[in-house]
Amino acid sequence: MFSLMKRLNAKEWLWALVGIAFIIGQIFLDLKMPDYMQEVTLIAQGQGELAKIWINGGYMLACAFGSMVCSVVTSFFFVRIGADFSARLRRQLYEKVQSFSLAEINAFSTASLITRSTNDVQQVQGLITTGLQMAIKAPVTAVWAIFKIAGKQWQWALSVAIAVVFMLLSIAVVIGMVSPKFVRMQKMTDALNASARENLSGLRVIRAYNAEEYQEKKFERANHDLTKANLFAGRMLSLMSPVMSLAMNGLTLAIYWIGAVLLNSATPENTMTLFSDMVVYLSYGMQIVSAFMMLAVIFMTAPRALVSAKRINEVLHTKESISDGAGAECSETGTVEFRNVSFRYPGAEEDVLTDISFRAESGKTVAIVGATGSGKSSLIRLIPRLYDVTGGEVLVDGVNVREHKKRELMKRIAYVPQRTELFSGDVAFNVDFGDNGAGETGIQEALSVSQSSEFVEKCGGIHGRVAQNGSNFSGGQKQRLAIARAAARSAEIYLFDDAFSALDFRTDAAVRAAIKQKTEGSTRIIVAQRISTVRDADEILVLEDGTIVGRGTHDELLRSCPTYAEIVKSQEGEERSA
Amino acid sequence: MRNDVHFGREVKGILLGCKRYWGIIAAGLVCAMLSAALTVIGPHLIARITGYIEQGLVAGEIDLGGVTRVAFVLIAVYALGGLATYFQQFAMSTAANYLGREMRGELMKKINRLPLCYFDRHNFGDTLSRITNDVDSVAQSLNVSIGNIVNAAAMLVGCLVMMFFTQWVMAFTAIGTTLLGSLLSVILMKCSQRYFNRRQESLAHVNAHVEEYYAGQSVVRLYNAEESARELFDGGNENLRKNTLKAEFMGGLMMPIMTLTGNLGYVAVCIVGAALAFGGAVGFDAIVAFMLYIRLFTSPLGQLANGFSGMQSAVAANRRVREFMEEEELSDESHKKEKLQSVKGDVTFSHVRFGYEEGKTVIGDFSAEIKAGQKVAIVGPTGAGKTTLVGLLMRFYEPNSGRIEVDGVPISSMKREDVHDLFGMVLQDTWLFEGTVRENLTYGKQVSDEKLIEILSLCGLGHFVKTLPQGLDTVLDDNVSISAGQKQLFTIARAMAEDAPMLILDEATSSVDTRTELKIRRAMDELTVGRTSFVIAHRLSTVQGSDVILFLKDGDVKETGTHEELLRKGGLYAELYKSQFARA
Repeated sequence: MFSLMKRLNAKEWLWALVGIAFIIGQIFLDLKMPDYMQEVTLIAQGQGELAKIWINGGYMLACAFGSMVCSVVTSFFFVRIGADFSARLRRQLYEKVQSFSLAEINAFSTASLITRSTNDVQQVQGLITTGLQMAIKAPVTAVWAIFKIAGKQWQWALSVAIAVVFMLLSIAVVIGMVSPKFVRMQKMTDALNASARENLSGLRVIRAYNAEEYQEKKFERANHDLTKANLFAGRMLSLMSPVMSLAMNGLTLAIYWIGAVLLNSATPENTMTLFSDMVVYLSYGMQIVSAFMMLAVIFMTAPRALVSAKRINEVLHTKESISDGAGAECSETGTVEFRNVSFRYPGAEEDVLTDISFRAESGKTVAIVGATGSGKSSLIRLIPRLYDVTGGEVLVDGVNVREHKKRELMKRIAYVPQRTELFSGDVAFNVDFGDNGAGETGIQEALSVSQSSEFVEKCGGIHGRVAQNGSNFSGGQKQRLAIARAAARSAEIYLFDDAFSALDFRTDAAVRAAIKQKTEGSTRIIVAQRISTVRDADEILVLEDGTIVGRGTHDELLRSCPTYAEIVKSQEGEERSA
Repeated sequence: MRNDVHFGREVKGILLGCKRYWGIIAAGLVCAMLSAALTVIGPHLIARITGYIEQGLVAGEIDLGGVTRVAFVLIAVYALGGLATYFQQFAMSTAANYLGREMRGELMKKINRLPLCYFDRHNFGDTLSRITNDVDSVAQSLNVSIGNIVNAAAMLVGCLVMMFFTQWVMAFTAIGTTLLGSLLSVILMKCSQRYFNRRQESLAHVNAHVEEYYAGQSVVRLYNAEESARELFDGGNENLRKNTLKAEFMGGLMMPIMTLTGNLGYVAVCIVGAALAFGGAVGFDAIVAFMLYIRLFTSPLGQLANGFSGMQSAVAANRRVREFMEEEELSDESHKKEKLQSVKGDVTFSHVRFGYEEGKTVIGDFSAEIKAGQKVAIVGPTGAGKTTLVGLLMRFYEPNSGRIEVDGVPISSMKREDVHDLFGMVLQDTWLFEGTVRENLTYGKQVSDEKLIEILSLCGLGHFVKTLPQGLDTVLDDNVSISAGQKQLFTIARAMAEDAPMLILDEATSSVDTRTELKIRRAMDELTVGRTSFVIAHRLSTVQGSDVILFLKDGDVKETGTHEELLRKGGLYAELYKSQFARA
């Protein structure tokens, strides 16, 4: 939290100081009120004149209003700090995540990064707006009030101390009993959710295998565990409010009871002061008790926000593993070259790619085939530096990709990822994405290349809506839009990472034909499963367990590469295995 | 006005829903009232002590015996009050938790009784959130709101009675100032609600943006779209900042106003009381009593407001739970008696028509006769109705007209479970659940270990399962890494373990590479020996050896025959075949 608070700027510190000044003002006024009450008490006991009651009453009213004004002003400043700071924090997180490579993103997981940028920031904001105010107000009030009643009868002071200790102890015990359970309860809730989600996602299988009862029993177990834990926590927490009121009520009684005894043995000239002391002592006592209560609340709620702060810091302090290059003069255009490249995922024990070398010339198509897990996608991701190689080098246009400026490197590349990502907005926004700069005609052309014109027309044209994650399009349609996005980019190098998998064969063929025509002078690198997708490539690389086991054209490989022949056979079904 | 009627009915619904816990709820509510009553007696007794002291000041000696007596009564009152409060919360929390558990269980069972088409129309997240968030919300409100409302109402009434009993002028003073303060806070709440809603909206907006752009972060990077993404984000973020500022500030006014209300009451009571005492109209004990009453009197108003807003969210949540529970279930079939004793495996479709929505036909007049033991391949372009067809066969959906028979018996005259038992099914989505390997294969049915191991090795999983730490009893969760291909093999093993008379394989090899597919195909061939089987496939290579190929397009069978026959015919199938293997 403290290292996060370093990110507050000077203006916000100033606001905080002003806010604190007003908090102190408020406490002063709150504690001033009982003093006037003391006066009033004395007058009511017949020691003065009626008019004085009204005057003192007026002072008290002034205090009440003044206190309100102070706390409104305080809240204004702290709300402001909280809102501004959290907005800035969110932006810093957003920028940071934008600069991450896949290595960092996967280390955190996308879901976790999302929570860190949203919920965790909210938590921190909550702590700043309300928590900070309370954290300042509570101890100051307690100390000040103690200071005010210091020097009066010690018996009363003792009863206040007992009430505070009793309350804090009870809270500590209850929280001590319950909080270890909270972690487990969260897990149980997750288990319950998982069980229900499982049932929902496996609906058809469950029905087909008449396994409803089995799943229901499983859910019931999770349900039972959760209920038991909840009950325990609920019953323990039920202790809190009776304990609080016992502390308050007990204190009231103690002060009057003790007062009666003290007054009984007091000298006559002291009785009046003692009596009025007693009346106001209660006010101070209550202020002290509730200040400590506030502190307890902070101690209960702050840990969550502190955890959030830690999680935010983790993101902000992560160094991007891929830094921008200095930029370099390129000797070639549209070439991609791998020189003895090996690659290992962060934290993995083995290389996914070993000693990969090949060169894709401008205007040619290089295809990469291989079984799932053979490293095809990893290979293609090294070109736009989604990951950095761990050995060897990747060159684009004759220059190591690390030397390129990121922006310049990306400008040369159009990439269609394996998993289709669309963004909410309209079709045009998604196709003319980033610095594509296609314009209306470019968009239309790209759509026709990816065989999307027809369905886009049906969904309201290029300004038709795209829902979050493109959920209003089918898998094949989304993939075609992602292809259109690449086609709308005038790049030197086109990368297709298994980008035709959701298309039926006919569409696949049509899209590829159109792409070939459109990207005539550019280099194409295609990762695919289907032989039909790759067979007309200028060079096919066959990958197995991260190494190239064959290269050449389709016909060459059929003769020379057994792995390739096997893949072909499995797809063409010339021989049905019995 | 209509809203209020609705509200009342919905609350009644919640209360009726927890019928079984009425006893414990009633006990809780009695405790709530008891605790309120005991709480309002407190100040009166404190005032009695003050009275003794005041008299003593005049008389020169305080009746300490009297003070002690009252003090002990007070101790008893406080202790009993504390107990009553504890039991109120204990009872309400118990009832709420049991109710929550019951509701979750009911919802879960409901999932399995709803027709599949419900889930075609509603996403999982929605249903899940009904089971978790909405149920929690209902249970929470029972736990907190109902108890609090009763307690606060009792306290309010009790306070009023006690205040008037003590001194009517001061009672009016107290009520007047409190009402003034409450009025202020109600107005404030109404005003701030709008800002809170706006903040919620802009928060949701920013969250959605972050979710989307984090998931697509690589694409943003690859297309140099950081700048424009950031602009979009900044717009939303600034909006959120502004709305947060307004909402939090308005919300932040609440506390000061509440405090002011309390303070105003305190001051007013003190001054008016002191003035009265000055004239001798009241004793000082009344002032002390009112100083305490004023605190008791302001808190239930807030409590009531909280209670009702809690009820409001509970009502909204309960409506969603109720909607789900009231969804039409699959028809009851306990009366259906037809059951096939020994299954031959003849399957007949006659004039089957079906559409997921009215007016949108997916299958139009489908007829086919399949002989026992035949391998039937269903092919055709996406959206032709292939998966729908097997869905009808499994009775996941009911045809709008026409009938499907197995061995001459209409499947609509059998129980759904019995129809399911006729088929082993391997589905498009390779679904494994968190459970042991054994459970995943058998679902608790009795299958011997030897048999299971045999099946697993047939599916090419024998080695994999042997390497698992506990073999068949290893729990398949995130710690066990299973590839997509292995998952698919598992689902085939599952169908084998079921050993049903007929088989349905729906795109069973779509998510694996072609060499793994070879393994799978070998396993599937093993599976289909001697059984009527239906195979749906994108890849025509999978279906070439079938006895019958049904070429589906737009819900109709366009062509029927073997692979060779259809190729010779040179129709749609031949064209599709060529496109798969032709050079692009």
